[in-house]
Amino acid sequence: MTSSMSRNDIILFAGFAAVVLLLPILATPFGAAYPDLLQRFMIFGIFAIGFNILFGLTGYLSFGHAAFFGVGSYAAMWSFKLLSLNAVPALLFALIVSGIFALAIGYVSLRRSGIYFSILTLAFAQMCYNLAYSVLTPITNGETGLRMAMSDPRYLDRMFFDAAPGMPVPSLFGMSLGGWNGFYFSAFFLLATFFLAMRISNSPFGLMLKGIKSNQNRMNYTGFNTRPYTLSAFVISGMLAGLAGALLVVTDPLAGAERMRWTASGEVVLMTILGGVGTLVGPVLGAWIIKYFENIFSSFNANVLNSFYSFLPDGVREVAVTISSKFVGEGWHLSLGLVFVLIVVFLPGGIMEGARRIAAWFGRMGNGSKRASEARAQPAE
Amino acid sequence: MFEVIFLQFLNGLDKGSAYALIALGLTIVFGTLGVVNFAHGALFMLGCFCAVAFRRLLTLETVTIDPEKLSPWGQPLQVREPLVQAWFGDFGAILVNYSVPLSLLLTVPVMLLVGVAMERGLIKFFYKRPHAEQILVTFGLAIVIGELVKAFFGPNPHPQPMPTDLRGAADIGAWLGMRAGVITYPLWRLIYFLFAVSIIGAVFAFLQFTTFGMVVRAGMADRETVGILGIDIDRRFTIMFGIAAVVAGMAGVMYTPLLPPNYTLGMDFLVISFVVVVVGGMGSLPGAVTAGFLLGILQSFASMTQVKAIFPGIDQIIIYLVAVVILLVRPRGLMGRRGVMEA
Repeated sequence: MTSSMSRNDIILFAGFAAVVLLLPILATPFGAAYPDLLQRFMIFGIFAIGFNILFGLTGYLSFGHAAFFGVGSYAAMWSFKLLSLNAVPALLFALIVSGIFALAIGYVSLRRSGIYFSILTLAFAQMCYNLAYSVLTPITNGETGLRMAMSDPRYLDRMFFDAAPGMPVPSLFGMSLGGWNGFYFSAFFLLATFFLAMRISNSPFGLMLKGIKSNQNRMNYTGFNTRPYTLSAFVISGMLAGLAGALLVVTDPLAGAERMRWTASGEVVLMTILGGVGTLVGPVLGAWIIKYFENIFSSFNANVLNSFYSFLPDGVREVAVTISSKFVGEGWHLSLGLVFVLIVVFLPGGIMEGARRIAAWFGRMGNGSKRASEARAQPAE
Repeated sequence: MFEVIFLQFLNGLDKGSAYALIALGLTIVFGTLGVVNFAHGALFMLGCFCAVAFRRLLTLETVTIDPEKLSPWGQPLQVREPLVQAWFGDFGAILVNYSVPLSLLLTVPVMLLVGVAMERGLIKFFYKRPHAEQILVTFGLAIVIGELVKAFFGPNPHPQPMPTDLRGAADIGAWLGMRAGVITYPLWRLIYFLFAVSIIGAVFAFLQFTTFGMVVRAGMADRETVGILGIDIDRRFTIMFGIAAVVAGMAGVMYTPLLPPNYTLGMDFLVISFVVVVVGGMGSLPGAVTAGFLLGILQSFASMTQVKAIFPGIDQIIIYLVAVVILLVRPRGLMGRRGVMEA
């Protein structure tokens, strides 16, 4: 753990940081350069990195990670309501609460592996979701979702100053967290998470986790008790999910039970697989791509399509519009599902593996020697 | 008190039947092909929509404008007449009335085709790959099927009327010699239960008493040896996948009058059905059926007001709670074989 970072790591981190911080400029040509969307890029990036620490490193496929995301949201919201409008205590509180949840659920679920683990996590997440909708309504406000109100006590704030007039909004020591401030606030946490993930995957702890993934029995036979390692990975990953959930509340002050549904758990699985399981950059990339297309594709409608196909003759255009309208707008999940199936079938390593293969192919094209492709097979990240 | 308990027991039967049928198909697929099929709920949902589509076909209608009569709004009256009724008269009306059970005729070939196509087209590439990847690819497939259905039928639920003759309630109490009117049970739910029992019976009989079934059982026990004996076991397993799809589809068709289907229905049932399979024991057909009925009935008991007064919210989580307990204390499930997926 004490070894300093290698040169490659520093380059990778610097490159990643540069991309993230320059995203407002880089995303402009794609029409994505507005704080709301970019903030979601950051938040789901954190969620996916956290998920990848569990699934990518240990191979345990959790189908209930949205539970921690939702718990983090609710915890942050309650901190806003009871303690302070400051985002720092909210995030801390969310980390602690989701960590406790992850510890409890992980302790039980990790007693099984493989598909049983998936089903156990799914069962716990569904329990959280169902309870949030029914009995726990006093805490979660059920279907309406939890939001802030003027009349919230906010004891910590009240000790120092009087309530400001107007709707309460989350802040950071008095600085508003709307707009670009919110983006950079989330970006800071994404970078921190990325750094953490990088350190973990290079540490002896990370190696241990990878060992568990490739052969848990052998790890046990060599005398390691693997349980504490998997449990730590599970808790770290759950806490990061909670952090992401809390950040989402900072941006959009509404916590709803929908976020805990198994569909939300499925989404983070999709992101990680799409980008590349077990890689550092992959999950973030997957999260960005899914959020981007969710945003862009779902805004497509018949008019946009008509103008897009305007070069075609009338009859052909109608057919083209009818067919493609099934894949965009409301139906963009169809494209997502198809892409996902294709990725799992043909490219289990996700986009990162695709990039690697293309790079290797170009390497071969370049100097026609096999050595070049071997060298390229070890990418910079 | 006995009546209340008996009534809750009955109430659990219809849901339990659906769980049992879906879990049966899941277990067939897992037991034969060794594939964890997250798209099985989507097959159930596809069955539901076979019923919807069949009814749409039956109720295709001609619209003629009758200039002599006026509608209450002063426009010329539009006379709508379903084509089947125009062609077959009263018999056509009966056809429309019984569209749900009749759509089984459409469902069986369609689902068989879908199942076989799915297995040959996608699942067969995943026999040797880890369970996690099987889950992922079938999960993606479930999304695709759900979204395709949404593209064609829209996101809203499609209520399906049950045949008018079967709408009443059965006075089961009176049949059993109790006072009349104490235990009444909707007739369609009773039919659904009997339907499920006969399907389950048929599947078991098929596996138990036919040569084909014997070969399949042998293949489930030891695929390699059966293959070495010169039997094309892969083809038989493909057909079993088709049969599992048909069972799920038929379960869906008959369930439509009880719950209007929409495109998310599949996943909602799948999550529970997986829990059912795990509780029953992976790969155990009797286990899946027993656990299906058991959990359906348990859920029904948990939603009694008296129970909910003691444990608030228990009706929402009982199934998952049972699954967690079972997985922790008896990993191979109620009836799972020793050594099958126990890790």
